[in-house]
Parts: sequence; C-alpha cells; structure tokens
Amino acid sequence: MANEHFDAIVVGAGPAGSAAAYTMAKAGLSVVLMERGEFAGAKNIFGGVIYRKQLEDIIPEFWKEAPLEREVIEQRLWLLGEQSVVTFGHRNEAFKQPSNCWTGLRVKFDQWFAGKAEQAGALAIYETVATELIREGDRVVGVRTDREDGDLYASVVVVADGVNSLLGKALGIHREWAPDEVSLAVKEVIALPKEKILDRFNLEGNEGVTIELVGQTHGMAGLGFLYTNQESISLGVGVMVSDLKKKNIKPYQVLEGLKAHPMVKRLLQGGETKEYSGHLIPEGGYHSIPSLCGNGWVICGDAAQLVNFVHREGTNLAMTSGRFAGEAIVEAHQRGDYSKAGLAGYDRRIAASFVHKDLKKYQGMHALLRDVDPTIMFDKLPYAVNEAAYQMLLVDGVSKAEKQRMALRGIKNATGGSMNLLKLGYKGWRAING
Amino acid sequence: MNSVADRLYTIRFKVDEKSHLVIDDQQTCLACKTKECTHFCPADVYDWHEDEKMTSVAFENCIECGTCRIGCPEHNISWVYPKGGHGITYKFG
Ligand SMILES: Cc1cc2nc3c(=O)[nH]c(=O)nc-3n(C[C@H](O)[C@H](O)[C@H](O)COP(=O)(O)OP(=O)(O)OC[C@H]3O[C@@H](n4cnc5c(N)ncnc54)[C@H](O)[C@@H]3O)c2cc1C
Ligand code: SF4
Ligand code: SF4
Repeated sequence: MANEHFDAIVVGAGPAGSAAAYTMAKAGLSVVLMERGEFAGAKNIFGGVIYRKQLEDIIPEFWKEAPLEREVIEQRLWLLGEQSVVTFGHRNEAFKQPSNCWTGLRVKFDQWFAGKAEQAGALAIYETVATELIREGDRVVGVRTDREDGDLYASVVVVADGVNSLLGKALGIHREWAPDEVSLAVKEVIALPKEKILDRFNLEGNEGVTIELVGQTHGMAGLGFLYTNQESISLGVGVMVSDLKKKNIKPYQVLEGLKAHPMVKRLLQGGETKEYSGHLIPEGGYHSIPSLCGNGWVICGDAAQLVNFVHREGTNLAMTSGRFAGEAIVEAHQRGDYSKAGLAGYDRRIAASFVHKDLKKYQGMHALLRDVDPTIMFDKLPYAVNEAAYQMLLVDGVSKAEKQRMALRGIKNATGGSMNLLKLGYKGWRAING
Repeated sequence: MNSVADRLYTIRFKVDEKSHLVIDDQQTCLACKTKECTHFCPADVYDWHEDEKMTSVAFENCIECGTCRIGCPEHNISWVYPKGGHGITYKFG
C-alpha cells in the first residue's frame, strides 16, 4: 500500500463514511473507504429507524433497492408503570406516500450503502484499523493502519469512525467524552413469525411500528425501544453511562426487566433471541460538537456527536454530514486547496442545515438530563402518570373531584412539590426550545 | 437467555491472541472503591479477584462498545480496537 496517494481516505464505513465516499467517488475523486470490520456493518448496531429524506438526497429512490425492513406507519410512546402503561401514538396513511422512514438492520444496510460507494468507484479496504493520523506540520496527510506497510496518503482524511472516535481524540479536537455525554445501549434481535408481527401490531404487508419506552430503567436517564422488522423485533434500552456507573446493575438486566414487563412480554411471546449486541450513543448534543474541519481533515457523524437523541435521529445526520463533507472536499479538490479555509464549505453547509439547527434547538437538553435527578423523569413521573390514569379510570365510589386531586398530588410529589414541577416544566420547555 | 454466556453465544467472535484491553495499574484497581467496570460492562469482561487482588480481563468476550474506556473512574484501561477483521461480527446489527 505504501507510497500510494489518494484524493481522500475515509475512515469508517458507517452511514457517514459511506455517504462521504459515495459523494466523492461519484464526482471522480480517488477515494479509499477503510473499515475495521470484516465488512461494512459487521460492528454496527442501531435501534433501527432509517429516514427517507436525507438518504434520498444522496441516492434518489434508494428504497427500490436498499435492504429495508418495514415502512413505519405508526410511532408509539409508552410510559411504563410496573405492570401498566400509558400510551401515546400516531398512525397515518400519509407516512406511506412515499414512506417517511423504515426500520432496518445495520449488517445488511451498511453493506449495501458501502457497496454503492464501491460501485461509484471508491476502493474499499476492510479488516483494517486506522491506528493513527499521519501529519506533516499542522496538516493531516494520511493514515497509519494496522497492516504491514500500512501507511496510506491522501489530500484529505474524512474521520467517520463513530462514537468512540479514537482518531478524533488523536486530532485533539475533543477530549475523552464525559460519562454523561454517551449512553450505552444493549439490544436483542428477537425472531418472530411474520403473521405474529402483523397480528400483534395490527399491520398489513410491509407496514411497521416503532415503540419508544419510558420508565423501568431503574431510575436511570434512558429509553427503551421496540421496533418491528420483517420477521423479528428489535428490542433494546440505552442508559446514560454516568447513571449506569452509579447503579450496581448490569445493562442486560435492565433489558431483561423490560422484556419481562407484562405489556412488552406479550408482544415478544414465542420469540427467539437471535442476537445480543451493545453500542454507545453520543448524547452530548450541541455543546459537545467539536470543530468540524482543519488542514487536511474533516469529521462527520457520531465522531462529531451529530446525534439528535431527543428524536433518535443519528443515521440521517451522519449521512447528511458525510454528504456535505464529500461536497466540500470536491470543491476543495477543484481549487487544489485542502486547508481549513479550503474545506470551510463543510462548516457552511452544516451551519445552514437541519443538522445544526435541530441540535441547537435542543441545546439545553443535555444540561437538563445532567442536572435534574433522573429518577424524577425516568421513574417517578411515568409511575405517577400511570397511577393517575389508573385512579381516574377505576370506578370505586371515590368522587371524581377527589381522584383528580389525588392524581395531581401524585404528579407533584413525583417531582418533589409544585415549585419543582413548575421549575421542571420551565426547564424542559427551555431545553427543547433553546 | 439469562447468562451473559448465552448472550455472547449469539455473536461471532474472531479472537486475537493479544488483548486489545489493558489494565494500566492493578494498584489503582485495588484502591478503586467502586470497581464499577465489573458491573457496567455489557459483556462481563472484567472481574475483581479478592484473593489475588487483581482485575481480570476476558478480552475475548468484549463487544467493543467503549463504555469501560469512558466509564472507569480512574481512566485505568488502555483501550484500542481489536486488530482489523478481529473481534465481533454481527449478523443482524
Ligand atoms: C442502540 C442504538 C439505537 C439507535 N437508533 C437509531 C435510530 O433508530 N435511527 C437513527 O437514525 N439513528 C439511531 N442511532 C444512531 C446511529 O446508529 C448513529 O448515529 C449512526 O450509525 C452514526 O453513523 P456513523 O457513520 O457516524 O458511525 P458508525 O455507524 O458508528 O460507523 C463508524 C464505522 O467506523 C468503523 N471504524 C471505527 N474506527 C475505525 C478505525 N480506526 N479504522 C477503521 N474503521 C473504523 C466502525 O467499525 C464503523 O463501521 C442509534 C444508535 C444506537 C447505538
Ligand atoms: S473501574 Fe477502573 S480502576 Fe476500578 S477496578 Fe475497574 S478498571 Fe480498575
Ligand atoms: S468495550 Fe464494552 S464490552 Fe468491551 S470490555 Fe469495555 S465495556 Fe466491556
């Protein structure tokens, strides 16, 4: 491999890296797409929602060929009590024409997407870890790999190495993430016959449902998810690492607890676990985003904390940031200027897009989760809401006025009194309207 | 699906001879009050041995999430990826 020079090296064949490699290869640049796994997707998991718009911007009508699971026509939010649930949801036929989002599995999806980059002309190198960035002065000029003679040189390196981003750390643009800037998610893929899925979720054909689960995370800040695939269910739970550190509990026990919840259990009945997996999710939000480019490098996707965890959007921000990086590099290539100034088109594009705007909108969310006792939002409140619903619906001779007082008292107590409830409401409002 | 062994059995591993996870200093582990690596790791890679006064590392079970690198309160774990093509390979993801 020695002495070869490329226009660009992309490290990481996740959605960010493949989007960048595809964009550049299509424009005629010589591109290496490097991945440590046996193939793209070998190391990757997610909950499972792939959004249409941002991928369509890269590959029009991709849904005609991409390996997707189910077209999401309904999204539910469940507030879990110990043996009860308060449900919210929205189902809409309009989500079909064309589909708003699909469920998916990364092993198939990432291989397909990296394959598109290869077809466009990118040279994929698998089973190879980029161990270091090679620099000349203040410029990045290539990557060192764990292969023999494994130095590769390029005009620019796209750092798309995901949440752990050892290369981002080597660049010195972000220190190690703090434990409250990441969540650990564990997941199981549970096989279930197609007819059971259609029946249990009230679906036809290719339709699918997503359910987000709040509560039953042992008072830790976190969310569960339960998504329908073609012939399996993706069930998982992510909790903030700072909270997990404080609890003497194993992550898979939290998942096991969710599986045993009476409302979840019946959806999974008869299912067989086919895979267990775990992964970090960047949850630092706006204030954790590092600088995005420098002399000879750009950084995209999870490596740059570009995740909107409030809406569980990550793959789409990764793809868009990868595309923007690719487009900016194509311009830099045309001008022959790969300096920070030459790559500034990447910053400009991000700043003008939903990526920056959405993360900015929720900029207060991280502090809210950090500063408010997680047992309030993720344990006591879901419980109090369930208890209130139970009491309101139970016909037991107690007057409705008294029940309403009890319900309100329960919710106030959950937050530690009326003042705290107001403060929490205000903080929450600020956090989502930053 | 109760033990971690059952869970890990669902993942394909290609184990390297050399560990990609190294405890920098066992004295630090000895002084560590929480020994939290022994519970937050989703693959039960770490175990504290009271008689030998050491943390053992079953690196061959690691699912490469990165939590221990960030979560060890003493930053006492040197953490890199397994060699290219080694470690875990998912079949669904
Ligand atoms: C449990 C869970 C649920 C999620 N749910 C959703 C969801 O429903 N919808 C959604 O849109 N997003 C979701 N996300 C977030 C989404 O998965 C990520 O935001 C997205 O995958 C980021 O893409 P990426 O390309 O930046 O990083 P990754 O997908 O992590 O890709 C990075 C790639 O780089 C490789 N790599 C890393 N270091 C090196 C190196 N040194 N050398 C070579 N290769 C390297 C890795 O093997 C990997 O393939 C979820 C995440 C998790 C963990
Ligand atoms: S948490 Fe860190 S210091 Fe404590 S026992 Fe584990 S590795 Fe050692
Ligand atoms: S990377 Fe994750 S699975 Fe591997 S040892 Fe660390 S915490 Fe455990």
